[in-house]
Amino acid sequence: MVIIARKKISANINLNKYRVYIMAIKFLGKTLKNTMVLASGVLGNSHDILERVHENGCGLVTMKSIGPEPRDGHKNPTVIDLGHGIINAVGLPSPGYLNMENEWNDLEKRDFPLIASIYGGSVREYQMVAEFVSSKKPDFIEINISCPNSEKHGMIFGVNPKSSHDVVSAVKNVIKVPLIAKLSPQALDIGEIAMACEDAGADAICAINTVGPGMVIDIESQMPVLAFKKGGLSGPMIKPVAVRCVFDIYKAVKIPIIGLGGITTGKDAIEIIMAGASLVGIGSAVMCRGIDVFKKITTEMEAWLRDHDLCMEEIIGAAHREV
Amino acid sequence: MIMNTITDQKHVMLRVEKKYIENQTHATLYFAHALLFKPGQFIMVWIPGVDEKPYTISFHSKEKFAITIEAKGIFSKKAIALDKGDLVGIRGPFGNGFDIKSEGQVAVIAGGCGMAPLGPLVEKLDKNITFIHGARAKDHILFPDRFNVERLICTDDGSLGHKGVVTQVLEQQISSGKQFDMVYTCGPEIMMYHVFKICEACNIPCQVSLERYMRCGFGVCGACVCSSRVVCKDGPVFGSEALREMKDFNTKALLKSGKEVDLSQYFSWRCK
Repeated sequence: MVIIARKKISANINLNKYRVYIMAIKFLGKTLKNTMVLASGVLGNSHDILERVHENGCGLVTMKSIGPEPRDGHKNPTVIDLGHGIINAVGLPSPGYLNMENEWNDLEKRDFPLIASIYGGSVREYQMVAEFVSSKKPDFIEINISCPNSEKHGMIFGVNPKSSHDVVSAVKNVIKVPLIAKLSPQALDIGEIAMACEDAGADAICAINTVGPGMVIDIESQMPVLAFKKGGLSGPMIKPVAVRCVFDIYKAVKIPIIGLGGITTGKDAIEIIMAGASLVGIGSAVMCRGIDVFKKITTEMEAWLRDHDLCMEEIIGAAHREV
Repeated sequence: MIMNTITDQKHVMLRVEKKYIENQTHATLYFAHALLFKPGQFIMVWIPGVDEKPYTISFHSKEKFAITIEAKGIFSKKAIALDKGDLVGIRGPFGNGFDIKSEGQVAVIAGGCGMAPLGPLVEKLDKNITFIHGARAKDHILFPDRFNVERLICTDDGSLGHKGVVTQVLEQQISSGKQFDMVYTCGPEIMMYHVFKICEACNIPCQVSLERYMRCGFGVCGACVCSSRVVCKDGPVFGSEALREMKDFNTKALLKSGKEVDLSQYFSWRCK
């Protein structure tokens, strides 16, 4: 369970009548410097860039999803900015879990908390990748059962409670670090999926992956813009879906939630926390606010909390209160 | 005020206005479209049904721009086969571009197709620059009649100018007493690395334009990382200070799968 390392320190009354809020948080036994999480699939390609993201104010960083074999992903165009968000079908590129020795060597010496995200094309593949990755000692393993950009990986596992349960329990059996299940908003009842994951031994839920898939057609060439034709939506346009999903999951399970989907500002982060998230993932916002978006959002969250004289533990799931 | 809206970067669909064949392996495609642009920036060029790749702007005016293509791999061979009236989509410009210093002595060093991003830079800089251009052979010297600036040419086979490489010419210039306040370079990474090393030894600030496999173009997907830098957004132009920290410069790059490999392996894959 989440324990908030909340500290309200009385500040000098002459300087500030409000208390000082420290954003450090304990998540599944690990102390994080703040609630910010780098979403999987964003920047997380090497130790050096993950370290830079951490230095830019991100409490917990996620590697790009690791697969069972080398995979190039789709041809370009793969990522398009639509103005109100992004559509992407990168298609789960991965060197394959056995071909990442340099990266694992670099990451072994890291001084930041790390989530390793994994995917497979069958329960057995998820298990194989997870067991190996667990031996490399990431702080957490996230299983991606929600990517909409591949025909045979990801989302097909995460939209059904039975297959979600199967993957989570198979992986849970072979790993030595806490397990996070990353869910898709495409599930008919995301609360039910989260319950299945919790029942199968998941330690936390991460929601949501991209919405869709959707499609954009260029009317001049009369062709879908993405080479894969369809792709997942992210960015500000999906935030209401993310907030609703986190709300439903919080109602359904007791394990903590990493909430993400279109979070761009401190107020967005507060909103998804009120829906039930303990940590807040950031992805597309890196595009419009830069790599230091994590610092910016944390500062905005602190300011809001100070203005309202509230601390984190008071607002997690606050929107569930019945008046 | 927090920017909560994202600037639309969908493709602008354009028809090739003119194609100019530079030589056996290079062609320049012109587009009648006004771009807000800084030398060194790039655009993503989409050929519908084929693929999308980054290209630097090689020519720029108020109402036109051009890209110069070297036929190398599958995409560039398709791109070079495009002709007047063919439809392409462009996104951008992306990246930082060169930091243009208007004062002092400047050297511009181009290697092969690395001439492309340096074209608009040379036109923007003062005429009194030291301009070194290296290529395989005489036929491969891009834009031979374009600039009103003296160009020190070198070729691998000696068919034009000095027989040898650009770094030799740079060293000659320095040892003959030229003092540079900035060196701009674009070309093969190993060439740029040696230019950078010479600059470091002589305390000259340097700007190099790097290339990596790219997807988004706006610093989100991470495909083009070089050490801790994102080439599409932090670069593609990097100054000496950044280069000193980038241990992957001239050593490592990521393949499309994200696998980290030696640069030679990366470039042999890129040319397929």
